[in-house]
Amino acid sequence: METFTQVCGVAAPMLQINIDTDQIIPARYLGGTDAKGYGAHLFANARFLADGQPNPEFVLNQRPYDQAQVLLADRNFGCGSSRERAPKALREFGFRCVIAPSFGGIFFNNCFRNGLLPVMLPIEQVRQLADAVQQSDGRAPVAVDLHSQTVTLAQAGLAFAFSAPETLRQMLLQGVDEIDMTLTRRAQIDAWRASDRQRRPWAYTAPAPSQATPETNP
Amino acid sequence: MSPPRTYFDKVWDDHLICALGQDLALLQIDRLVLHELSGSQAVRALAEHGRTPDSRGQVFTVIEHLISTRPGRGPNESVSVSGPAMIDGTRQASRTYGFHFIDHDDPRQGIAHVVAPELGIALPGTTLVCCDSHTCTVGGVGALAWGIGASEAEHVLATQTLAQAKPKNMRVRFEGVIPAGVYAKDLVLALIGRVGANGGIGYAVEFAGSAIAQLPIEGRLTLCNMAVEFSAKYGFVPPDALTFEYLHGKAYAPQGAAWDDAVAYWRSLCTDPGAHFDAEVLIDVSALAPQVTWGTSPQHVCAAHDQVPAPADERDDEARAEAQKALDYMQLKAGQSLRGVPIDVAYIGSCTNARLSDLRVAAQVLKGHKVKPGVQAICVPGSTPVKLAAEAEGLDRIFIDAGFEWHASACGFCGHIGDDRLANLRVISTTNRNFKGRQGPQTRTHLASPATVAASALAGCIATAPKEQG
Repeated sequence: METFTQVCGVAAPMLQINIDTDQIIPARYLGGTDAKGYGAHLFANARFLADGQPNPEFVLNQRPYDQAQVLLADRNFGCGSSRERAPKALREFGFRCVIAPSFGGIFFNNCFRNGLLPVMLPIEQVRQLADAVQQSDGRAPVAVDLHSQTVTLAQAGLAFAFSAPETLRQMLLQGVDEIDMTLTRRAQIDAWRASDRQRRPWAYTAPAPSQATPETNP
Repeated sequence: MSPPRTYFDKVWDDHLICALGQDLALLQIDRLVLHELSGSQAVRALAEHGRTPDSRGQVFTVIEHLISTRPGRGPNESVSVSGPAMIDGTRQASRTYGFHFIDHDDPRQGIAHVVAPELGIALPGTTLVCCDSHTCTVGGVGALAWGIGASEAEHVLATQTLAQAKPKNMRVRFEGVIPAGVYAKDLVLALIGRVGANGGIGYAVEFAGSAIAQLPIEGRLTLCNMAVEFSAKYGFVPPDALTFEYLHGKAYAPQGAAWDDAVAYWRSLCTDPGAHFDAEVLIDVSALAPQVTWGTSPQHVCAAHDQVPAPADERDDEARAEAQKALDYMQLKAGQSLRGVPIDVAYIGSCTNARLSDLRVAAQVLKGHKVKPGVQAICVPGSTPVKLAAEAEGLDRIFIDAGFEWHASACGFCGHIGDDRLANLRVISTTNRNFKGRQGPQTRTHLASPATVAASALAGCIATAPKEQG
């Protein structure tokens, strides 16, 4: 996975509650077999007008927020659909961190696998950050450090501590490949399964017959 | 003696391979269900990284998200431009790897969360994951099931395990007798209205109480479907006699002596008396009325006979701001009666409310009546078995005679994947999400039960069914 240690940059305030993943990237942009190409559609319904032109009212179309690396949001950010293109779209746009009081659980997990750090801070602190950012017309940079687990906005003298889940934090700091890490436990997993099979044999369904030469469909 | 444990704790403990540090657990995953939208990404990533599936017998693939609902559809037919490639990619990968594959024309085909209980893929006390947030649906048969991202699915493919943080325990008790004309959908909408769209963050939710004990399995599936709509990743009803009766003889359920052993094991998992819940919610269902959403979050809900609430009544400034935006988007005004709001479309479909019992209830309302002229009325059965069973009962004739379109089974119009048919329209829908743009550009969605959607289709406006029909 992509590492994250620290980021210091423009923070875009978007202090709404329940920003769902359908808003982050509408379903009509989920298609495609490519791993990339989602950033262009981030917040598409709000970011673009019906004719496809950028909506000047939308924060990410305004300078300097069009360069934002940190997003400030309210509770339950990323609720709804499990689509991993939501964190992918945020990351591709340039975001490295979302700060909010709480996150949709599936989105929260997906962030770590896409180089995006979800940081939980109480709404009062998120609001202080947003206010200070707006007072500087977006120019005051927000720094997020995963080593020290702090969010700082030096220009306004703000410094807040946060706590990331330790194992996920280490994975992000070290850029660990999660699958490789799990596979180092192969022997332990096999031993566990041998015992589990005795208790729950019905849980282990046999494979369907493999078809090496699949027919092609038009 | 070990302390009393919840159903959730027991199922979790029985899948715990090892702890990963202080905050994560490596869990055995019994069932991975993949569909062509996100599943295809996971399979491709696996191959690109040079890996192979660990336990292909425990992987099930279904064609349902992007496939067309047109009766007689072709194998790769889709309203999504990228649909054909994703459908065929999933098909080829399933055949190559030997996954249990259910194709577009398979008589078992349907929406993953409808198919999984129908076939006994989802079983009590199993872990089941799928790249879809509504995977929690199958908690209705007691599975510990949750939605995951494509990267997590790749991890499951490669290892048949997943690292998760253990959530806290919540119990929601629905007590009392459910009034005639009120359904599981109304129960869960009322619950979300009570606890809010974020009320379940960080919780695994056990549904319990006298109303749930009486609730048929299909209603339990509807209830659990919307756990994620209050941001609980996991929602379930511990198994009981109704569950065992429902699952007995299903294709992937254990058979013979193995079935008896499994039932004994499943019974042992139920929540111990005195087990601790970190949060408890109690809902009295006896006075509950049919619910309809008025806004753009499932928490924006009230009884169909109520007036649209004022944003000022919301719990805090943020919710007030959200509610005002929602009213603007929905083109509604506070204080306006919800009943009587004209609708353009009535939609019956989705993993929430398109099972046989849902179609029966709707047909009972529709029988002998006509959809109001000008209203587009669409029914997309949740699975091909549901469609065939409905046709065997003659329900399709009732729908068609009333003026409904009768489609082939798929996810259909629940989410907007490319068909702009519902753009700018007001839809009353049996689906689970009323988010902005969820069903199409500027589409205004009202969530309701199949009975309420059918009654609204006839009236041409938001309406509830006469009680004797419920």
